[in-house]
Amino acid sequence: MSDRFDIIVVGGGPSGARAALAASAQGLNVALIDEQSAIGGQVWRAKNASILSAPKTHETRAGDALRRDVLASDITHIEGARVWQIETGWTLHVLRKDVSSELTCKSLVLATGAREYVQPVPGWTTSGVLGLAGATALFKQSLTPPGKRTIVSGTGPLVFFVASEIRRLGGEVAAVVTPNSRRDWMRALPSMLGRPALLMRGAIWVADLMLAGVPIYWQRVVTDVSGDDQVRGVSIAKLDQNWARTSEDIMLAADSLCLGNGLIPNIEAAHMLGVPIRHDHALGGWIPETTEDGGTSIDRLYLCGDGTGIRGAEAAAHQGTLTGLCAAADLGHGTVNLQKQAKAKWLKSARFGMTMTALSIPRVGQAQLTTPETIVCRCENVTRATIEAELNAGAQSSNAIKSGSRAGMGPCGGKFCATAIAQLIAQQSGAPVANIPPATPRPPLRPVPLSIAAGSFDYDALPIPKPAPL
Amino acid sequence: MIYDTAIIGGGIMGCGSALRLAQGGQRVIVLDQGDLGQGASGVNAGTLSLQIKRVKLMPYALKGHACWEAMGKAVGFAKTGGYTLAFNAREAALLQERQTLKAQAGAPIEFVSNNQLRNGEPNLTQQVVSASYCAEDGYANASLTGQYYLGKLRDAGIEYRERCEVTAIERDKNFKLTTPQGTINATRILLAAGAWLKPLAALMDVHLPVQARVNTVTVTERMPPLMSTVIGHATGLLTMKQKANGTLLIGGGWQGLGTPQEGRGRVSVDTVRPNLALAQYAVPALGTARILRSWTGFEANVPDFYPLAGVLPGVEGAYVLGCVRGGYTIGPYISQLMGDYILGREPELPLFDPGRDFKEGTI
Repeated sequence: MSDRFDIIVVGGGPSGARAALAASAQGLNVALIDEQSAIGGQVWRAKNASILSAPKTHETRAGDALRRDVLASDITHIEGARVWQIETGWTLHVLRKDVSSELTCKSLVLATGAREYVQPVPGWTTSGVLGLAGATALFKQSLTPPGKRTIVSGTGPLVFFVASEIRRLGGEVAAVVTPNSRRDWMRALPSMLGRPALLMRGAIWVADLMLAGVPIYWQRVVTDVSGDDQVRGVSIAKLDQNWARTSEDIMLAADSLCLGNGLIPNIEAAHMLGVPIRHDHALGGWIPETTEDGGTSIDRLYLCGDGTGIRGAEAAAHQGTLTGLCAAADLGHGTVNLQKQAKAKWLKSARFGMTMTALSIPRVGQAQLTTPETIVCRCENVTRATIEAELNAGAQSSNAIKSGSRAGMGPCGGKFCATAIAQLIAQQSGAPVANIPPATPRPPLRPVPLSIAAGSFDYDALPIPKPAPL
Repeated sequence: MIYDTAIIGGGIMGCGSALRLAQGGQRVIVLDQGDLGQGASGVNAGTLSLQIKRVKLMPYALKGHACWEAMGKAVGFAKTGGYTLAFNAREAALLQERQTLKAQAGAPIEFVSNNQLRNGEPNLTQQVVSASYCAEDGYANASLTGQYYLGKLRDAGIEYRERCEVTAIERDKNFKLTTPQGTINATRILLAAGAWLKPLAALMDVHLPVQARVNTVTVTERMPPLMSTVIGHATGLLTMKQKANGTLLIGGGWQGLGTPQEGRGRVSVDTVRPNLALAQYAVPALGTARILRSWTGFEANVPDFYPLAGVLPGVEGAYVLGCVRGGYTIGPYISQLMGDYILGREPELPLFDPGRDFKEGTI
């Protein structure tokens, strides 16, 4: 395998894979690097190889089609590989099977996808609590429900998908709890009518739950998770339009909880490379600045998919095609016509995706669910009270909170607490969250063992500069 | 409102001077282009080692150590002692020459036997040829600098403004500083902006020959105990310590990329790798520790690598403090001297004329 490519695409979800396919079809030498063992990303994740057969779902069909296309292409698919450092120009340091190697390319496409946001509530770190999106990984890869009796709580369509999948896999759904109201969904209806197939899927999920007698608690929220070693029960309360609590808690028994509040674009790699970022609630929070076809202010760096804003899998795939074509054209391969087609499809599917994203836009009351004793940074066990003490002592930025409290200094690098911390700063200072950027991102992109980062070396050959002045 | 002194730069130098001036009765304000203590003061490796201080700055470093010890828990101070290692004959000769001079300058540095070294740090490599030890060495937690000084300024009732970059400085009767948060008027100004001193002085048409080194620091995940002291290398190109929480901090002044004018610096894989290799060579068990973060900080210096501490050449009422080699260690002390000087008192130890000829050996 050569280590020099025309284009390297990082991320093998719908967007990255389609970008790689589009560029490869233009005759370019393309590598597709992905952390998973199979193409598909989080949304079209492949089954574990030990599962010989399983009923087909929409996701497996879409994923299988993508996997077939990549297999039939000339793309070099580098699976199970972690990009831990990217140098402008472009050199990627890639960790695979405990060996780090360097790959180079003329143009780089980042399709780093999204991660889940979970609003911290008391007990959210108890064993048996999973992210909503995290739970789907369990279903898709291992056909495993999260517990025997599960409460599924969260915003947008994902909560209904997860609940119906648990039932399909033989688990019991104790209740569905969603901060969204029926009215929120009525508002989303007009743009859903344009996508009848997707609307139908959603309707089937909800109908299945209703027929099975699963209670759906609209405009309600999980306020507390009880249980010492394992989830025993979940408290829920009613919300007003701004998602502030308006009722006393009621307690539901369950041994597991799926909890999620929408998706957040993974922007760290682009941000670290110097792409300016801006905040847009409608796209999931902080996003890198890109042109419509994925170009950035940095020469030969392109971005596509949910990492540029949450628009859903279908839009991500079209955006990937568009970006792959654009990156290829900039290297002198391809035509404008294909780009136009891809752009039209992307814009149409993005409208639907953004309607779904809108259901998860945080509202003012949400931050109050995180009580003073609640752990906000779970890597470093930092509570809201500790963060507020920092705020009261004068810290006013994500960086200042991080250095004063260690929130965000753990292995995840702040990916899971940055949003909640920004909320707290916003609340205390009265500034909008759009004025509170995340803490400065630090390399490496993924934790990497020191011996691998150091590489093999001969002591006498280390480039030791002359000593400091005496 | 006319302040007695406006201080530009809210790191250790600026905040430390502000505290001294306020104690002396002045009305001061501290301005920072970002957050207080988040520049070099907040992102350096926090090493407090007399073994890596310059000989002529040793009296200042000894006083600095006393300041950090007094600040104590609030800044994560730990006096652990520290070893400096040589892995071959050339490094051993360098270590012998340097540490002898530093010991003569007042640092309690001694050479230790291999057995003493093994007792102190059993996880070290067998490749050590020679080692020195200083019981005064240790570290503080640089991340807490901002929080610490912010609290001190507040307690002292000193005004400060964050995200308040000074974009123009005019001088008639007083200094007028243009900032995004309005004009600040002051009788005197103190430039304490570290690596940004050069563009700042240029606002008054003064040329300061300040350059910035881009030092890199790396931290690992929490590990079982691997070392109990600060570990350095004869060349100064490694500093390493394990914090109470188990994380290991690895530095040594390896150079990243970028300039202060571009904003923050960038980590270079080409220099992080030998830095980590050196760390792993010294303590082989480090190999399995996962690297969580690397970052850079700008260390300002002038051609003779001695501090700027005194009157800004040619501008009456303007002072400058920075470019202190070992600025984290020495900062809390030299900022007191600077405060005393501005207050018209005789500083306990001499300052360093920013108008000197940097090419000659004037210090």
